[in-house]
Amino acid sequence: MAADTALGLQEAVVEAASDQRPLRITAGGTKTHAVGRDCEGTPLNVGGHTGIIDYQPSELMLQARAGTPVAELAAAVASEGQVLPFEPPRYGGNATLGGTLACNLSGPGRPWLGSIRDATMGVGLINGRGEQLALGGKVMKNVAGYDASRLQAGALGCLGLITDVTLKVVPAPEQTLTLTFEMDAQQALQTMSEKAATPRPLTAACWLDGRLYLRLAGAASAVQATAASWGGETLTAEHPFWADLRDMSLPFFKGAQPLWRQSTRATEPLQAETGCLIDWAGQQRWYRSSDAPAVEAGHVVLFAGGDRNTEVRGELDPVQQRLQLRLKQTFDPQGIFNPGRLYSWM
Amino acid sequence: MTTTPHTLAPVSADLLRQRLASILPAHCLIEETEAQRPYECDALSLYRELPLFIALPETADQAQAVLQCCHELGVPVVPRGAGTGLTAGAMAHPEGVLLGLAKLNRILDIDPVARTARLEPGVTNLAISEAAAEHGLYYAPDPSSQIACTIGGNVAANSGGVHCLKYGLTTHNLLAVEMLTVEGERVTLGGDGLDGPGLDMLAIITGSEGLLGVTVEVTVKLLPRPEIARVLLAGFDSVSAAGDAVGAVIAAGIIPGGLEMMDALALQAAEDFARAGYPRDAQALLLCELDGTEEEVAQHIDEVSAIFTAHGATSLRVSEDEAERSLLWKGRKSAFPAVGRMSPDYYCMDGTIPRHQVSHVLEEISRLSKKYDLRVANVFHAGDGNLHPLIMYDAADPAQVTRAEQFGVDILELSVAVGGAITGEHGVGLEKLNQMHDQYGESELHLFEDIKAAFDPQLTLNPGKGVPILKRCQEYRALPGKHNHGC
Repeated sequence: MAADTALGLQEAVVEAASDQRPLRITAGGTKTHAVGRDCEGTPLNVGGHTGIIDYQPSELMLQARAGTPVAELAAAVASEGQVLPFEPPRYGGNATLGGTLACNLSGPGRPWLGSIRDATMGVGLINGRGEQLALGGKVMKNVAGYDASRLQAGALGCLGLITDVTLKVVPAPEQTLTLTFEMDAQQALQTMSEKAATPRPLTAACWLDGRLYLRLAGAASAVQATAASWGGETLTAEHPFWADLRDMSLPFFKGAQPLWRQSTRATEPLQAETGCLIDWAGQQRWYRSSDAPAVEAGHVVLFAGGDRNTEVRGELDPVQQRLQLRLKQTFDPQGIFNPGRLYSWM
Repeated sequence: MTTTPHTLAPVSADLLRQRLASILPAHCLIEETEAQRPYECDALSLYRELPLFIALPETADQAQAVLQCCHELGVPVVPRGAGTGLTAGAMAHPEGVLLGLAKLNRILDIDPVARTARLEPGVTNLAISEAAAEHGLYYAPDPSSQIACTIGGNVAANSGGVHCLKYGLTTHNLLAVEMLTVEGERVTLGGDGLDGPGLDMLAIITGSEGLLGVTVEVTVKLLPRPEIARVLLAGFDSVSAAGDAVGAVIAAGIIPGGLEMMDALALQAAEDFARAGYPRDAQALLLCELDGTEEEVAQHIDEVSAIFTAHGATSLRVSEDEAERSLLWKGRKSAFPAVGRMSPDYYCMDGTIPRHQVSHVLEEISRLSKKYDLRVANVFHAGDGNLHPLIMYDAADPAQVTRAEQFGVDILELSVAVGGAITGEHGVGLEKLNQMHDQYGESELHLFEDIKAAFDPQLTLNPGKGVPILKRCQEYRALPGKHNHGC
């Protein structure tokens, strides 16, 4: 059921700003104790602000309210033969569009199909002064003004309350097919990079538990020709591997041990073969361990579990920290949005 | 716009000269007026200005020292790449230093396994792909000026090009930018992974037109070169038929590597120039490049040919080899200079519109052409709705200049009115400051102004460009002893 509650949300922000009272933005509740630090504040629920505002398949454009479940959006575009290119995690159907952007969560195809940050063309945002801002636009090429829309990706709601998002959508691939190969992690890393450097329709590459999974998607002729030349075993189209990876519902993601996420270059040496999942052709590594993996390149986030009152993200140098603090103050001068969710000092 | 005299106090200018001379070798500091002339404008020659000094550092350390010096003395700095911009975004400040970065042009590293390239800002766009070619890789964004424009300028403008619809803009193809703050501090935004810690400052720096920092190193993603690319050339007897054909290609689930349109005047000019064999009798021309695997391209050529035929294509031609593909593109890529041969001057606009508005907008442009009594040729990226109307005029006739400028303003306002944007890939610069008010409300403009101040509190970095200054600049200008920073 679509509902426009923007006015109420704006009033709540104005009130909180006048009281200098911190707000904790919530919606589907799927990432409350993941991605960022725990934070205190009066809950402000965007989950009731739902519905597609504008969808024009021929323009490859979709605008929807922030509280809309991404599963609902995926279904809507599927009915027109299109997909959300960034494959958002659905987390049991409760993950929302606004939360997905705020956390910059994207699925297994990210190196090839882009992230939600990449697909974002415009954002509606209520800032810390309670002003409703329309940032970006509805066309995919727009370089007027600073790109404050994409800045919201991964900001964990600390810059404002996202009310709506305008996205680029793309046609669904004609055919999708998954090949699997038995090999160890080192071999998999090398194979992933080799395959990713060839002009074939690869759209996902993951290694887990001694098995490499390569997803091919695109024109049927290209998918079939590539599958024939690459070999391997074929997973049935109904196999839920990629959906389970996207939604983090594989057994790897269950359990009490802290879950660490490393974003890095494909050539970065692996820290451990056990308790590790390699995604994005080597550019995203997941580790399950009590302590942070010692990495040489890229950055590590304590994604879930562990002590969520510590800094869960890598340190910033003093110049970056100063600039980021100033940006925070620009959007939210009184610091009412999700205080401490990104960093203790933000 | 004419050159304005320098107004910085002579003592300050002497001090600045002294300081710059201690940082840069003599051949990297240009102060004589005649030697400065080549730098008086970017590719939008309507706006011209000379700086106090031109600094052309050969290393990032020198660039850093120049910024530190200017910050200390409160002197405006305007960064500049190859000067191919089209909105006067790199126009010099009369009381400041023009910081040219074209000499920082080394390819620092290409990693074929990680598929990345680390570059100094003065590396040209095309040089990246040329260097990556031996590894079967290339850099996807391809602005029309790619032979000359630099990657640092691409970052500043969030440059696009023919490949954008399928492969994205500069912002989608960057991993990291090392920049200098206005204070001259070095900071790296982004990193080795697809995302980094903290706020995504790489997003906000890309397309910020040199107002927030000065790029001294860029790391880009490289893609595997497609196995094959073929171009399909189709003539139509109306712009609306061509526009419908574009929509039908997208609706069929095909995203071409490039999808360009030219109207009758543009295609005549291009054909006169390039002799590519364009159908002279067509009212609109589509160039559709399909790239990918051999099998995929063969499949898509058949499908797109059928779509174009069904939408009334009056002629259809498919490139058979690389030589023919290059020839078919030659006309499109030389459309701007080709139009330049038809008129003493032309004014290139850059609005973006929703695709389904193409016919309506071109009809309106035609009406405006009659109203202002100026010819216009339309070249555009049909796949993503990015229009480039080329308004022909004679700069020697002041009345024509005024009409051309107003014509341009009308086109940008029209772009916003139909749901688009005032710039798709050229930026705002100095040229479109007033039109920012068409696209954004006061709250958004205040936010932009505050973002600028967050990075550059004294407003000395490329002042007066990109964002119209509302309140802050008025307050700033009221401060005693401050220069006019072009607000």
